[in-house]
This record gives sequence, C-alpha cells and structure tokens, in this order.
Amino acid sequence: MPSQPQGTGLKEEDFEREKVLTVAYQPLAKYSWATGVAISRFLSGLKAGEILGTKCDHCGRIAVPPRIFCELCFKRSAVWVKLPDTGSVNTFSISHIATDTTRLKTPTIPAVIEIDSTRHAGFLHIIGEAKPEEVTMGMRVKAVWADPEKRKGSITDIKYFKPIK
Amino acid sequence: MQVKKRVAVVGAGMTKFMRRAQETGKELAFEAAKQALDSAEMRMQDVDSVALGSAPDAFDGVHMKGEYLLDGAGGWQKPYSRNFVGGGTGVFSVIHGWWHVASGLFDTCLVVAEEKMSTCLPHPQTAFLTIFDNMIERPLGPNLIWIFALEMHRYMQKHKIPKEQIAQVAVKNKRNALDHPSAQIAKAVTLRDIMNSEVMAWPVQRLDISPVSDGACAVLLASEDVARKITDSPVWIDGVGWNLDTTYWTNRDLYFPRYVANAARMAYGMAGITNPRKQIDFAEPYDPFDYKELHHMEGLLLCRKGEAPKLTKEGVTERDGNLPICPSGGLLGVGNPIAAAGLMKVCELFWQLRGEAGKRQVAGDPRTAVAQAWGDLMQIGTVVVMRS
Amino acid sequence: MSDFLRIEGDFPVHFRYTAGIAGENFLREIKDNGRLVATRCNNCQLNYLPPRIYCERCMSKLEEYVQIENVGVIQSYTVCTQDNEGKQLAEPVNVAFVRFTSAHGGLIHRTSGEVCVGDKVRAVFKDKSSRTGSILDIKYFEKI
Repeated sequence: MPSQPQGTGLKEEDFEREKVLTVAYQPLAKYSWATGVAISRFLSGLKAGEILGTKCDHCGRIAVPPRIFCELCFKRSAVWVKLPDTGSVNTFSISHIATDTTRLKTPTIPAVIEIDSTRHAGFLHIIGEAKPEEVTMGMRVKAVWADPEKRKGSITDIKYFKPIK
Repeated sequence: MQVKKRVAVVGAGMTKFMRRAQETGKELAFEAAKQALDSAEMRMQDVDSVALGSAPDAFDGVHMKGEYLLDGAGGWQKPYSRNFVGGGTGVFSVIHGWWHVASGLFDTCLVVAEEKMSTCLPHPQTAFLTIFDNMIERPLGPNLIWIFALEMHRYMQKHKIPKEQIAQVAVKNKRNALDHPSAQIAKAVTLRDIMNSEVMAWPVQRLDISPVSDGACAVLLASEDVARKITDSPVWIDGVGWNLDTTYWTNRDLYFPRYVANAARMAYGMAGITNPRKQIDFAEPYDPFDYKELHHMEGLLLCRKGEAPKLTKEGVTERDGNLPICPSGGLLGVGNPIAAAGLMKVCELFWQLRGEAGKRQVAGDPRTAVAQAWGDLMQIGTVVVMRS
Repeated sequence: MSDFLRIEGDFPVHFRYTAGIAGENFLREIKDNGRLVATRCNNCQLNYLPPRIYCERCMSKLEEYVQIENVGVIQSYTVCTQDNEGKQLAEPVNVAFVRFTSAHGGLIHRTSGEVCVGDKVRAVFKDKSSRTGSILDIKYFEKI
C-alpha cells in the first residue's frame, strides 16, 4: 500500500488569515419547477382540504403522492381517488436542527405518515400537538388543516398530523 | 451472462481524506491517479480508457465536473466518461470501468473517483437540500439528517435494537482507521463518547455520522492477459451488481435495503457465491452512519435481517473476528468525500487481498471479499465481489 | 387543473474555490513579482500556462516553475456588448485569448483597446500595492 498519501489539509483559520488564495462565487441560480400533471392536481386537492391519490387500474395500487403512472406496472394511472386524512406513523425522528444545521429551541418531529386505505403509501410531514416522548411507531394520526382562506396549494396546507386519541 | 474478458485490479492509489484540501479537484484526482499508475508501474500511454466518478457538481461548485476533472484524471485525448449515482458512485465507478474491459473493447481502464466538498458554503449539507422533493418536501424545512434518522429509527424499531449496539460500529470503525494513512478522523473513542454526543435528530447523534471530506481514489483495471503481464498478484473482479429503487422513499419500508440485496444477488450470481456468510472472507459495506453498516450487512445477505447488531456485539465483525467488516476504518474513520469513499473500499479490498494492508491486514489469508456503496435518495446499491 | 403549475425556488449555496497548489504559485508570482510562470514537463518538452502540477499527456508530476516572457500574441478576440443576463453594457468590453511563444496554453483576458489576430501584446499589471493575488491583478493586455 502506498505509505504516503498526498494532500494538503487546511483549517478554517487558514482561510480567515488568508493563508491561501481563494475566489468566492455566488451563483444566481433560481428555479421555476413545473409541478407536473399529478402534483399540480395534488396541490389543488390540498387547497380544497383533500388528500388525493392515483389508483392503478391494472394492479389496484394507490399512489400518494400521486403519479400519472404506476411504477410497478409501468402503465398510466388514470383514476384519481380521495383519501382519508388519517394514517399511521411508519417512522419518525426528533430533530434538534434546522435546515441550516443551527440548533432549534423546540425540537421538530418529522415523520413518514402512511395514509389509510393505501398499501404503505405515504409522505413526509410533521407531527404536532404531541410531546416527543408520546410519539410511537404505528401511532394513529389525523391531519390538522390550515384555515381554508390561508391555504395556498402547498404541503403546508396541512399544518401537521396530530395523534388520534 | 457472457463476459468476454476477465477483469483484474492491478494498481490502486488514494489521497489523504481531508476536511479542507488546498488542492483543486483536478489536483486531487491527479495524485490518486498517479499513485495507481505508479503502483502498477504503468505509463499513461498504456491506459486505453478512463472512467471517472464524481457526485453532485454542487459540491465542487463546478458545472460539468467530469469534463473539468478530465486532465487531472488522465483523460486527455482518451475515451473518457463520467458516472454519477450519488454515494453509490465510488463502487459504481469500478463497475463502469469494468464494462470497458469485460466487453473486450479496451485492455485497460483507469478508474478515478473524486470529491471536493469543502468548496460548498455555508455547509456542504446545504447542497443536499435539493435531494428532497422540491414541491412537497422542501416547504417543510427538512434537514438531510432527517432522512437518516427516519431510516435508522425504523430499522431500530423493527428489530428492537438498542442504540448502544449501533454506536459500537462507530467505535470499531474509528479505531480501525487509526491504522489507515489517509484517515481524516481516526480516533479511539468509547461507546460513552458516542452515546454522549450531541443529538442531531433522534436517534442520530453527532458521532454516528461520517465527516464532510475532500479526497480522491483510483484503481487501474486490466484484462486477464494484460493483467498477468503487469503483476504477479492481480485481484479479480468476479462479480458486479447494481440496483436502484424509486425516489418516492416514503412509499418503501426503510428497515431493509432491498435494492442492496438485489445488487448483491446479481454480483454473487456472477461470482458463484451461494452462501455469502461462509464464502465471503471480509466485507466493506458503506458506512456513512454507523447504523448503515448493519443495514448494509443485512442487505448484502451476510446475515439474517436484524442479526447484524448481534454479530457486532459478539466481536465477529472486528478485524480479528470471523467476518471482519470495514477493516479499513470505513467512512466513519477514514472520511467521506462522497464519490471517492466507495472507491476507498475497493482499494482496501485490493490491498487486503494482496496481503498489503499493513497494520490493517485481516488474518487468515483472505481470498474473497465484497465492497458495497449506497446513495442517492436511499436508492442505490452498488456491489463488487473481488478475489485474489 | 390549471393552477399550481409551478413552484419557485433557489439553491442557497455559495462557493469558495482554492487556487490549488499550482494556482497558488501562479497567482502569488503575479501578486508579488508581477510576472507570469508556467510549469515545465521535461518529458514532453512543454511549459504549461496556466501552470498545473501534472502534465496532462504523460501524467508526470510537475514541480519546476519557469518564467514566461511578457510578450503574447492575440490568437483570437471578441467584443462583448451585453452582460451575462443579456443587458446592454455601457461600454463594450474587448476580450482576447493570448498565447505566449514559450508556453503551451494561454490566457483569456481583457484588452485595453481593439486588437487584431496576430497583434503582439503584453500584460499590464496593477501597482503592487493594489494586487491581491487574483487574475485581475493584470489590468488588461495592451498592444506592444
């Protein structure tokens, strides 16, 4: 094995003291993503206070988030279904960090919620109205919706999922 | 399946793995490529093709990163191509290179993998933000650690694994890495250190996680006739496998990486491995987090589902155990420059199977080993089986 | 069905590039000594400008730096009238690709006025006190 691997490691202070020359660059990258046929309809459903899914009429699988095709059969999923806004917690975490890795005062509880009447189909969301120690795997939860006039056609039109007592 | 030419690894090289390298990505790629060439006493004109792996352009901050790295990776006026499958890239690069030689199209292929994450600010993790669905996940303000925490928690809960058994992997790998000259954060930590480290997103704690790194690795591949002229101890790539699952990660049960198992079956099938636990002498599964080593041991069918923690607890996976796992020190100890990390594991297989791993050498004259990488959105398993 | 067709977003990262081993030497020579250097591959008999620590042809490690005489030749040029976003510039900007007879490669930079292919040019450096170790320590190339 080569005994002397190459590489010149630097510390953050080396940059602060300008020990090495650097170039800074801020890209002006902005995006306007097409939500697509399936998600645009899903988002309108959320604005109306509904969770929509698509059903494959070949294998019967319900997809949420909805798609225009069934991944398993690779056929078009043309049937739209309204799903219950209740489900079970497949997995969850207790997060103490924000997106930018700074620490949160109150932890957030992200979870994968499996929506009722599907076969393990679900999406990422947050659990609310629950203390971290009260959350369990398989726990039954229900969506808490934002007020109709505040909904925008976004995943946050569901404020969070709360435990069904 | 018909393979035209048997393929061997005949040389390997790697840089140090560092938190912040002064070298540019091109220079890192060069240092690794040069060592691989020198170790086989080969010149650039003997190299017929070049396969380069590197993960998101957003880390190095250079668009068209493959083209950018080309000259440092030896690609000047050669058939050169780049592959990218997230964290799976390191092992996938070898498979990409293997195609060049196994097909009979080329006699030799230089495989290089590079990453320079330190360029990306405020923190390379910010570049991972786009891994989440931009429409229905980003508005929730996610952090990359969430995904790992959710998968880890599901795995722990499904098999009732206490956190201590998982943390033991970090202790083992960071200690193994003390014997690796390229290691970034090798350290003799205790179980208590891991368990007392800051909780990021339960159950993930700070010391469960591999670091952000800059680094590069390279291996030289040759067809059988040419390999035997280059070296007395070629290491054969006898099996390759790769498999991916859907980006709708919330529609899969995360406790078992079925795509890793699919890739492993493909590679084992090619290599004639019918009983992995008995026929594999040691393994380098991908360990960006400690629980991932266990998750992937099961995905590689080296033990039953839920059994990996028990093997760790019993010392089976230590370097002097019956099935050494990550004798290199893994990503947890050596470092994690995203694309290069998997290739570091292949380099380890090469050195171990030739008896050249120095203080890291596993005993008992190992003959057959498996390396595996993983990545994208919990999606890909890339596997190679190598034999001396 | 026609609502919610788009979602806006950005990519909240910025970059800090190191010059690298060769780049550091190149820019420091410009900053401290107001001169251009290349790295020499004795195997291929080439002086790489900008310098690299490797020869791209034979993959030798290059550690010998040689000074390049500040006499360049315009290989090609253009005149820019718009910026990156397509807006009209107040003044057109002359940009050229300058080759140097003793070096392999060349530099892209501004020129102080209009040039033609084949013109002899030289780099004009800023005063030493204003140099920061950037390619912009060269103000522009001017006709000799």
